Amino acid sequence: MRNEPAIQKLSLAKGLNAGLRKAMEDDPKVVLMGEDVGKLGGVFRITEGLQKDFGEDRVIDTPLAESGIVGTAVGLALRGYRPVVEIQFDGFIYPAFDQIISQVAKMHARSLGHLRVPMVIRVPYGGGIGAVEHHSESNEAYFAHTAGLRVVTCADPADAYWMIQQAISSDDPVMFYEPKRRYHERAEVVIDEEAGAPLSLHAARVAREGSDLTLIAYGPMVKTALDTAAAAEGEGKSLEVIDLRSLSPLDTDTIMASVRKTGRAVVVHEASTFLGMGAELAAQIQRECFYSLEAPVMRVGGYNIPYPPSRFEEDFLPDLDRILDSVDQALSY
Amino acid sequence: MHDDAMDSAPVGEPNSVQHHETVVSSPMEHDITDGGPDMVQFVDGDGNRLATTDANRDYAQIVEDLTAEDGRSMYRDLVLVRRMDAEGHALQRQGELGLWPSLLGQEAAQVGAGRAMRPQDYAFPGYREHGVAWCKGVPPENLLGMFRGVNHGGWDSNANNFHLYTIVIGNQMLHATGYAMGIQRDGDVGTGDEARDAAVMAFTGDGGTAQGDYNEAMVFAGVANAPMVFFVQNNQWAISEPNYKQFRIPPYQRARGFGFPGVRVDGNDVLAVYAVTKAALDAARAGQGPTLIEAFTYRMGAHTTSDDPTKYRIAAEVDIWREKDPIKRMRGFLASKGHADDAFFDAVDAEADELAARIRTAAQTMPDPEKPTMFDDIYVDPHPMVEREKAEYVDYLASFADATEGAH
Repeated sequence: MRNEPAIQKLSLAKGLNAGLRKAMEDDPKVVLMGEDVGKLGGVFRITEGLQKDFGEDRVIDTPLAESGIVGTAVGLALRGYRPVVEIQFDGFIYPAFDQIISQVAKMHARSLGHLRVPMVIRVPYGGGIGAVEHHSESNEAYFAHTAGLRVVTCADPADAYWMIQQAISSDDPVMFYEPKRRYHERAEVVIDEEAGAPLSLHAARVAREGSDLTLIAYGPMVKTALDTAAAAEGEGKSLEVIDLRSLSPLDTDTIMASVRKTGRAVVVHEASTFLGMGAELAAQIQRECFYSLEAPVMRVGGYNIPYPPSRFEEDFLPDLDRILDSVDQALSY
Repeated sequence: MHDDAMDSAPVGEPNSVQHHETVVSSPMEHDITDGGPDMVQFVDGDGNRLATTDANRDYAQIVEDLTAEDGRSMYRDLVLVRRMDAEGHALQRQGELGLWPSLLGQEAAQVGAGRAMRPQDYAFPGYREHGVAWCKGVPPENLLGMFRGVNHGGWDSNANNFHLYTIVIGNQMLHATGYAMGIQRDGDVGTGDEARDAAVMAFTGDGGTAQGDYNEAMVFAGVANAPMVFFVQNNQWAISEPNYKQFRIPPYQRARGFGFPGVRVDGNDVLAVYAVTKAALDAARAGQGPTLIEAFTYRMGAHTTSDDPTKYRIAAEVDIWREKDPIKRMRGFLASKGHADDAFFDAVDAEADELAARIRTAAQTMPDPEKPTMFDDIYVDPHPMVEREKAEYVDYLASFADATEGAH
């Protein structure tokens, strides 16, 4: 007897919570660790209720020390566990940078394949929530730059539910970026456990089809890109939107197929543009799609300044108007 | 007399800085040749068994329980480890290795600790723990690859429960703590089953005690009551910086602040190190939590083959420590007790010669890796970018073969 797919309306936060719960049910080696992840359920309540159901040995309230959290997670992984680490906010990951770059990323290679560190590092990231300093950063490029890590980001509740489970079951370490400003946006999630995840962890997704230009976005900017495409349609412009989902590896087949079709590409992210994901994408697209391009690859991102005080953030972050401005520039070539 | 202004200023007190004596730190010169009354010792520099003291009383029975064969076996380990280390040093000088960090002087600290471990106990070393590796049964050849530049370690840690060397100082302390937390979750602590209960040893040096990861590891281990032993080889020198530039109070006294006991042991007395480590490991396996052991010892050689200690320390200091030599001490002890004779000592020396030859041959015959393998094992599952680059690289190499053929 086949179980009927369940359709639930979930927020992105609840999708993550349900995905973590499922992963913990499926594999007793999955443990969650982080600051305040126990009784409180994390400052964003992503782990809410899990310590109550799985116990303090599997949902570990750690001391307040990020290098300690990641470093001990490495040790647990070496012992055969699958730790899922929560970094409380994007801007607090830097004390763990050494462990992530020097140890997590390199352990498999430096052991010539003998050792694995199948761990997930969850990072709530990005701005738009009016937060104080160090709570709104987009530091994904540092990690995508580092060989040995996989870097993914979800943009909607369905991906939140499936991608967190796929990340946990990966035998490689995964940086899992969560768009915190989208935590409470809700959508229908089809949970068909027998069919499994609709997409592989590292596949990009055509979120909207179009013919004139490809908007490439990920995480919190996917919704902004979709809103932009809807607005552009009213002006007679047909924009295709790609949700990257995976930043390392990149699904270049999906990206290049779209750009070859449209001949134009605009990359959108909250992170500063200099040496960001847009720079890498522009370089790869011009190499792979040179004869298809009708315009230079454009980038819309955060300005190249430290993340500003929140009264500035609406101007700092890409929005519909700034994206449309770049779209118009690309289309006018 | 080319700089009179410098002559008038006391060393370390620039004229331009207004300060009170207590504000600018002045060197607190520790006596780096004397571990003080808290230090656990059983044998003096000449091999004489010392009387019972407040410091060593708790460990005396462990030493008494050792047999003559145990003593001979420890001596053998000390000699073989020193010879292995000397061979590594010589191979670097002859260009076979790119670097070698010598453990000369620290043999007793490492052999005492390593011998106290059971097979199921796991060691997380820094990069100087050749003696611990030896005691855990790691083939010495395994240690050569990273110093020859053919790999970054690459041995199977789980074959001997001896983790890869860790070069970033202190990183491994947290890995050890997490591993110990895993042992707790597996229920392999406090069962009373000698073959099952396990503990972890984390190794670093006096320099490592300043690192954040070292201190975070102590916090985590204390909170978790993790089954582990932090083993600090205080060899007095962090490259060129002496103890007083690394800490204000010695490492063993800081353990209490993390919530567990700290013990200072004579790191050149293999019996004392063994006894103290065995007691700490037994407690950890029984579920009584961590212990910090500070092995008070001395780095007789350079930090590594790239270092020149004559620039920062005096020969007289080295001479004092030469009198405390761990092998001389153990040999004296065995001879005075009648536990070993010259035939035994000669046989161990001959065995050391054989080991050295084996290591030499291994280094000299170690093949360079096949070039395309540098792309292997970056990820467990294939990563398209790495796969693509490897394929491009292989094609690139092949293009030279074509060019050579074309020239004929």
